[in-house]
Amino acid sequence: MTATPLLVGRDLHRTFGATPALAGASIAVRPAEIVAVMGPSGSGKSTLLHCLAGILRPDAGQVRYGEVDLSAAADATRSALRRTEFGFVFQFGQLVPELTCVENVALPLRLAGTRRRPAERTAREWLERLEAAEVAGKRPGEVSGGQGQRVAVARALVTEPRVVFADEPTGALDSYHGEQVMRLLTEAARRTGASVVLVTHEPRVAAYADREVIVRDGRTRDVELVG
Amino acid sequence: MCIVTVMSIGLTLLGLLEPGPRHGYDLKRAYDEHFGQDHPLHYGQVYATLSRLLKNGLVELEAVEPGAGPDRKRYAITDAGVTDLDGWLGRPEQPEPYLSSTLYTKVVLALLSGRPAAEILDTQRTAHLALMRTLTRRKAAGDLADQLVCDHALFHLEADLRWLELTTARLDALAQEVVR
Repeated sequence: MTATPLLVGRDLHRTFGATPALAGASIAVRPAEIVAVMGPSGSGKSTLLHCLAGILRPDAGQVRYGEVDLSAAADATRSALRRTEFGFVFQFGQLVPELTCVENVALPLRLAGTRRRPAERTAREWLERLEAAEVAGKRPGEVSGGQGQRVAVARALVTEPRVVFADEPTGALDSYHGEQVMRLLTEAARRTGASVVLVTHEPRVAAYADREVIVRDGRTRDVELVG
Repeated sequence: MCIVTVMSIGLTLLGLLEPGPRHGYDLKRAYDEHFGQDHPLHYGQVYATLSRLLKNGLVELEAVEPGAGPDRKRYAITDAGVTDLDGWLGRPEQPEPYLSSTLYTKVVLALLSGRPAAEILDTQRTAHLALMRTLTRRKAAGDLADQLVCDHALFHLEADLRWLELTTARLDALAQEVVR
């Protein structure tokens, strides 16, 4: 693959207290590429995702998103990028319990200034693509784990972000529903041309990606940073 | 991926004959459609198996129809064939013990000879994941039957990968035990 990387993490270090979580991790993600970040529990893969997404600032090393040095950017810049360019799916959907599913999916659009009606119309289209149209009017507490994750994926993709960060998106689901979420997530990302950074310790989930990067003890191996 | 072992081809053909008599050609087609996506049966195998089943009284010739070429034979399952099929379907397959592994041998030999065992495990992981990606893509394009066949392989490959992960985490301890 020769396209210039869209997102690059270079020699990233991050410590929590006395515990090093990242100790020289590097990764490059190209446009429309789905990359699985794999490794055992505590290897630093979620910390890597948080640094790449601008949620955490690395202690050392650099994160570049296009022309932006995300590791040095002001909080406001990083927040704006997270809202407009990135989408997020976590292990537990983290949907807002007081809102209906369609309102949850519409939320990123509403925050970006879209009026309620068009935002919810788009949100419904995304729920349909994620085969979750039937839960539109329900609250997150009234839907199953698999349905909730599909709603979370719809919310992550509703703004058509350039990068989707998914942290163990199937971790709380059984095999059948986990596979369904992965199929729908990767199909939707491929349709919109989004890149996906997929953190998982499950090989069957990682197999939906184009390639994998292994993190062990906070380090990655053999990562090519130049396209 | 071969999902029917040579030993069970005869029993599989019996199973395909149970709903009604068929010609050898139809049997091959039915077999390939259900089980032979990657390894279709050769005609030779079909006819050799049918003649063995005939000799053992598990199938019988229901009709011989003359044609332009050789006569077309229609085979039917016998009561003895149904009994055999019934017994086979009801018996559990012997669970594979997986107690001898080439990969384990390679890891131990690497440790004994001072070669980097972790690299052997990493190389294997890469190969396993590449095959898993291929099967996952095939699953996306396949029908339910193909998805289930691929899932069977994917779960086994995943089990191997879990072993690779666990062994990687225990390499130092294994090295201490092996290199004494």
